[in-house]
Amino acid sequence: MRAVDAVMECLKAEGVDVVFGYPGGANLPTYDAFVDAGIHHVLVRHEAGGGHAAAGYAKATGKVGVALGTSGPGATNLVTPIMDAMMDSVPVVFLTGQVRTELLGTDGFQEADILGITMPAVKHSWMIQHPLEIPRVIHEAFHVARTGRPGPVVVDIPMDLSRADIPYEPVTDVRLPGYQPTTEGNVKQIRQAAKALAAARRPVIYAGGGVISAGAAEELTEFATSDRFPVTCTLNGLGGFPAPHEQWLGMLGMHGTRAANYAMDEADLICAIGARFDDRITGKLSEFAPRAKFIHIDIDPAEISKNVPAHIPIVGDAKNVLTKLVNEYRAVGADPARLEEWWQRIHEWQERHPLRYDDSEDGEIKPQRVVEALYEVTGGDAIVSTDVGQHQMWAAQYFHFDKPRKWLTSGGLGTMGFGLPAAMGAQVGCKDETVICITGDGSVQMNMQEMATCAQEGIPIKVFILNNGYLGMVRQWQQLFWDRRYSHVDMGQYPDFVKLAEAYGGSGIRIESKDKLIDGIRQALDTPGPVLVDVRVTREENVYPMIAPGAAARDMVG
Amino acid sequence: MGEPGTKELLSLEELEASGMARSGRKHVLSILVENKPGVLTRIAGLFARRGFNIDTLTVGPTDDEHISRVTLTVDGALHPIDQVTKQLHKLVNVLKIRDLEPDDTVARELALFKIAVDGPQRAEVLQICEIFRGNVVDVTRRAIIIEITGSTDKIEAFEGMVRPFGLIEMMRTGEIAISRGRSET
Ligand SMILES: Cc1ncc(C[n+]2csc(CCOP(=O)(O)OP(=O)(O)O)c2C)c(N)n1
Repeated sequence: MRAVDAVMECLKAEGVDVVFGYPGGANLPTYDAFVDAGIHHVLVRHEAGGGHAAAGYAKATGKVGVALGTSGPGATNLVTPIMDAMMDSVPVVFLTGQVRTELLGTDGFQEADILGITMPAVKHSWMIQHPLEIPRVIHEAFHVARTGRPGPVVVDIPMDLSRADIPYEPVTDVRLPGYQPTTEGNVKQIRQAAKALAAARRPVIYAGGGVISAGAAEELTEFATSDRFPVTCTLNGLGGFPAPHEQWLGMLGMHGTRAANYAMDEADLICAIGARFDDRITGKLSEFAPRAKFIHIDIDPAEISKNVPAHIPIVGDAKNVLTKLVNEYRAVGADPARLEEWWQRIHEWQERHPLRYDDSEDGEIKPQRVVEALYEVTGGDAIVSTDVGQHQMWAAQYFHFDKPRKWLTSGGLGTMGFGLPAAMGAQVGCKDETVICITGDGSVQMNMQEMATCAQEGIPIKVFILNNGYLGMVRQWQQLFWDRRYSHVDMGQYPDFVKLAEAYGGSGIRIESKDKLIDGIRQALDTPGPVLVDVRVTREENVYPMIAPGAAARDMVG
Repeated sequence: MGEPGTKELLSLEELEASGMARSGRKHVLSILVENKPGVLTRIAGLFARRGFNIDTLTVGPTDDEHISRVTLTVDGALHPIDQVTKQLHKLVNVLKIRDLEPDDTVARELALFKIAVDGPQRAEVLQICEIFRGNVVDVTRRAIIIEITGSTDKIEAFEGMVRPFGLIEMMRTGEIAISRGRSET
């Protein structure tokens, strides 16, 4: 069979039910194969949209996403989604077309060394050298993307090789001698962790996106409630622990709650699970959690002691490790009363510094209010994607996630333009769920074109633009740290989003006053097909509280 | 210190002080890799990302045709090296890595020296060559090529000795290294 038909067989064998792609010269054979393959292909409007859609699909479903592009510009358009998936450990297989082998290295038409360009941005990548390798490599690619610490992989297939006639046999065993993720967790270390936890008087569980990737949310709750451990999550960890829970401190980090950040600051033991001590979490590293010892559970050994030295490192899959840790912890038999004082202190912080904002006296809509209203109207039962900026932080603060895989955001790379296509991908993977994108008037324009895809495919995402007419987050920094010298952050009132939504074949709604907010949201959610809602919000509102750049957690402002 | 994102002016001294400290300790990394295209770029890329300068690098076959050995030397503080080796382990084509302890390792490199020799100097150069147990591999009327094998120190010492005579050219392979004793490198 043709090598490209073998590719289709591989995709089916991997359980792929949708791919997001864009055709061109170098992947013409692949597109020919789609005609008969019976795989759902979504024709996006820009490869970056396809890449982020595949990531949104992967984040929401837990399955591997697939994105396709042609050679040259098609491949380079995928670079941002590839890096984005790398930073957030999202399993996505990117298949790129390449010029025919005889043209490689000759600056052939639409040739780009995509393997070279993406080398620091992938978990692994392959350039097909011989058509017979194709089935094995495709399966290896899915295996690497999905297992261990998940991540993006690239398979680059030269056009001539994809037309070759090869025998196809399903590959069931993938053997990569240099790739053997440690998943079990060392029992001695786990026992030691249990003892340290039992002795701790001011412990905090700090959980990251790894808990979600590992499907360990239930295990985390079980572990946390095996005593009264306070829990905080990173931006990417939201939903890993039920937000309304009494042991929940809220998100930590630059725009986290005071309770979470102060607890980290005063903790004597921090148990990090699938988190990587990013600078947006630690603030000034030398003053981060100065009294704490660290247990660090991560499947990636390179994360252990990368930024903060771990006293008890445990390399393994969070689900496995937490299951064992709970058992060990119960066996130690700690006295929950020892945490009484700690909780009193935390409750004090929570009472004194709840997340808050001043609502307007008049009809003006505060952006935070929009997120609260979305939470109220949906009852929290929705998948929420965001873009990057102030709206992202408000969404993280005011929408309370009680389940994993309901929250899709670009945390590590902070990619404006992620939100709309990610919502599209999530909706394709989760047909029966309400999928909302909370975005800004700046970010949404970066991949706006996917509204056309949504209209054509009938993908009914609801996009809420918190429209402040500014690149709000940058404006906030210019205001706070650069003497309010606003430089190129004013977006004006362009474009007319309502007309644009309609031009794309979706629906547009504008909400301009507070009393119309709830009804407007209901109307949007009830309208079939893709809907873009232009919510005019306070122009100069800031995200608080905040750990100023380079400051310590205890010096939070606002 | 001025923070990124804030308007404070950053002095050049501050910038330098914030750079990664270097121990000056030399590390010899012996890395077994799958013999596949692109592997070397991936390895080199990891060092470049960290701002590490690879001092020497050799790649050669092993007794298994599917596996090659990369030996590289790098000068770095212990902690960052640790990060790089962990990152190297994550490369799918990397099979095994050893950060060799200098005391437990035999390391050799080969160097070729082209030295200008006129008349009476020739005898002197040949004498030095003998002391260093070098081989003369080419002689012409005005130049001589000497081959030296040995530790980096020895080669550098030889270079110091012959440079005054007029060193036209020198080439070095970079070190290969093998651990002492019975265990495999
Ligand atoms: C692709 C990309 N370019 C630039 C930035 C830098 N950046 C971060 S937040 C932001 C402003 C976002 O504005 P908007 O989408 O309107 O959201 P708001 O902050 O107003 O809620 C910018 C420009 C980025 N994160 N991503």
